[in-house]
Amino acid sequence: MSSGTLYDKVWDRHKVGELPNGQDQLFVGLHLIHEVTSPQPFSELRERGIEVPYPERNVATVDHIVPTRSEGRDRPLEDEAAEGMLTALERNTAESGITFYGLDSDKQGIAHVVAPELGLTQPGMTVVCGDSHTATHGAFGAFAMGIGTSQVRDVLASQTIAADKADVRRVEVSGTLGDGVYSKDVILKIIRDLGVDGGVGYVYEYGGSAIEQLDMEGRLAVCNMSIEGGARAGYINPDETTYEFLRGREYVPEGEAFEERKEYWESIRTDPDAEYDDVVEIDADDLEPMVTWGTNPGQAVGVGEPVPAPADLPEDERDAARNAQAHTGVTPGETMEGYDVDVAFIGTCTNGRVSDFREAAAVVEGRQVADGVRALAVPGSMTVKEKLEADGVDEIFEDAGFEWREAGCSMCLAMNDDSLHGDERCASSSNRNYIGRQGSKDGRTILMSPAMVAAAAVEGAVTDVRDFDGVGGGR
Amino acid sequence: MSGNDDMKVNRVTGTGVPLRGDDIDTDQIIPARFLKSTTWEGLDEYAFYDARRDEEGNLNDHPFNEYRGANILVVNENFGCGSSREHAPRALRRWGVEAIVGESFAEIFADNCKSLGMPAAVADADVVESLQDFVEADPSAGIELDVENERLVYDGEEVDVDIDESMRQALVKGIWDTVALLRSNMDAIDETAASLPYVDER
Repeated sequence: MSSGTLYDKVWDRHKVGELPNGQDQLFVGLHLIHEVTSPQPFSELRERGIEVPYPERNVATVDHIVPTRSEGRDRPLEDEAAEGMLTALERNTAESGITFYGLDSDKQGIAHVVAPELGLTQPGMTVVCGDSHTATHGAFGAFAMGIGTSQVRDVLASQTIAADKADVRRVEVSGTLGDGVYSKDVILKIIRDLGVDGGVGYVYEYGGSAIEQLDMEGRLAVCNMSIEGGARAGYINPDETTYEFLRGREYVPEGEAFEERKEYWESIRTDPDAEYDDVVEIDADDLEPMVTWGTNPGQAVGVGEPVPAPADLPEDERDAARNAQAHTGVTPGETMEGYDVDVAFIGTCTNGRVSDFREAAAVVEGRQVADGVRALAVPGSMTVKEKLEADGVDEIFEDAGFEWREAGCSMCLAMNDDSLHGDERCASSSNRNYIGRQGSKDGRTILMSPAMVAAAAVEGAVTDVRDFDGVGGGR
Repeated sequence: MSGNDDMKVNRVTGTGVPLRGDDIDTDQIIPARFLKSTTWEGLDEYAFYDARRDEEGNLNDHPFNEYRGANILVVNENFGCGSSREHAPRALRRWGVEAIVGESFAEIFADNCKSLGMPAAVADADVVESLQDFVEADPSAGIELDVENERLVYDGEEVDVDIDESMRQALVKGIWDTVALLRSNMDAIDETAASLPYVDER
């Protein structure tokens, strides 16, 4: 059993008591709500006559099903099921007194982008949402995890969940990231090395010099994909980078109250003599930009590294690798460089933030998207969109031939009308390359950093972004 | 902390609704086209929606039409197989079913029953058949399912049934309904909230 870690401390601070079934009851500091997993829970509460006891600790946004073309966002939405979910969320939040950033709000966006940028997510909180990428918020030193529909109901009804404590694994990432190498590459490397199920039963504590050097947006991308590595939650201890990011944001207290709050944030940091259930070390000094070659996020290589032959992999990975390579059409023994793409997609709760688009814009500026490539830039929130437009970043993308869209989850999971068609190949800054994930059962998804997606869009094929001038990185 | 007394399901008494046939899947219990709804409301009308209607759409003599008001469903083998949809037991529950006795149940379906506080008791094939005959002979005849002691009483007889141990514990301790369980600690919840520096005083 771990002791003295941030996870232990946050758990203890939020523990209401022990339940008769042996689970702990935990207070939920922030519950994020979206349109897909909330209608039934609200309906059940209404039928049972239960009022939401802590409406102010719940915040809603609409993200999964929203069209990202501005002309498609007029009400009623064309897709009746989508309109039904949106209408239900409007009614449910209004009746419960819960803040809702809907389509008419200039703060609408993906829950995991909106909450950090408004300062809703803070260190030492428990954060839950009916979405597996809730681990994102761990970047602030919060304990954040995705929950199922019945737990969404539990939280709305009691502001608590029944939970079992997990083990803690310290993931120590040493070294310094080179140019053209980003936090996305770090997390893809972690998932490849530890496996897509390596984190089952664990919470990941990310640390070490390569993690500490990341800005908050980079840290969010790392924690976001904890679940792809099997860990339901992942976090990074808060530090000055965290506190400076939070200062001045809408939901963060100011002046003396900020300093008081900071004392709490400091107090929940992992102790120097903390004990972990497991520790792994990863060296980031020689890390290359990473790309996936298969149909799970752990099937990844450095861009200059050959795709493995199934026979060279551990026995229990060979069948999966064979099937994956048959689906993606990659050639073992060759690198992913030169693998043609039809679609380039930048956005999502992993990489849909301001700096993601800035890094990508540095690559596409003055260049053109290759012939035959459909390129989408979908900001993670309307706030992100507005900031980028204020600096003319939208024009850089549009001049290069990208479509510049409104905020939403978009082609990450194609619950709206943004979708792959047929067996299209997509260079994507998203988080999952499962078969069918982007809306077509034959579609192929290649995960990579936003800058690498931009480079692929320009080349019409996977390419090493480090060959482009003006590439930043190290974040 | 103990379970809520009101939530304890020690026994279910009432009358039966016999539904004969093996491998009745959740698509039959509630067809997929009724899953799009954003609420659980009105699910009772969708229970066995297709099976309850003839080709012209008129109600037929399906047990769910004929045995309205009954609360103990009596089924055969592998009931609730197929899709894991939580809508299936919810539709039955809303129609009025409070307990199910059958030869066997699909695992996920049984789990979903547990979370609704609806016991799924397993009985031998000959017991199920004789119970179905008994109900059909006299639909108003009383039946009792003793959850705590895993006994079924009907027609003046008492027979053993088997209820999955975790389901039985959850039912008799009254801890199957997590909403009720969690809300029973509202004072402790408020105390914890008040102790957190980021939660505003209320």
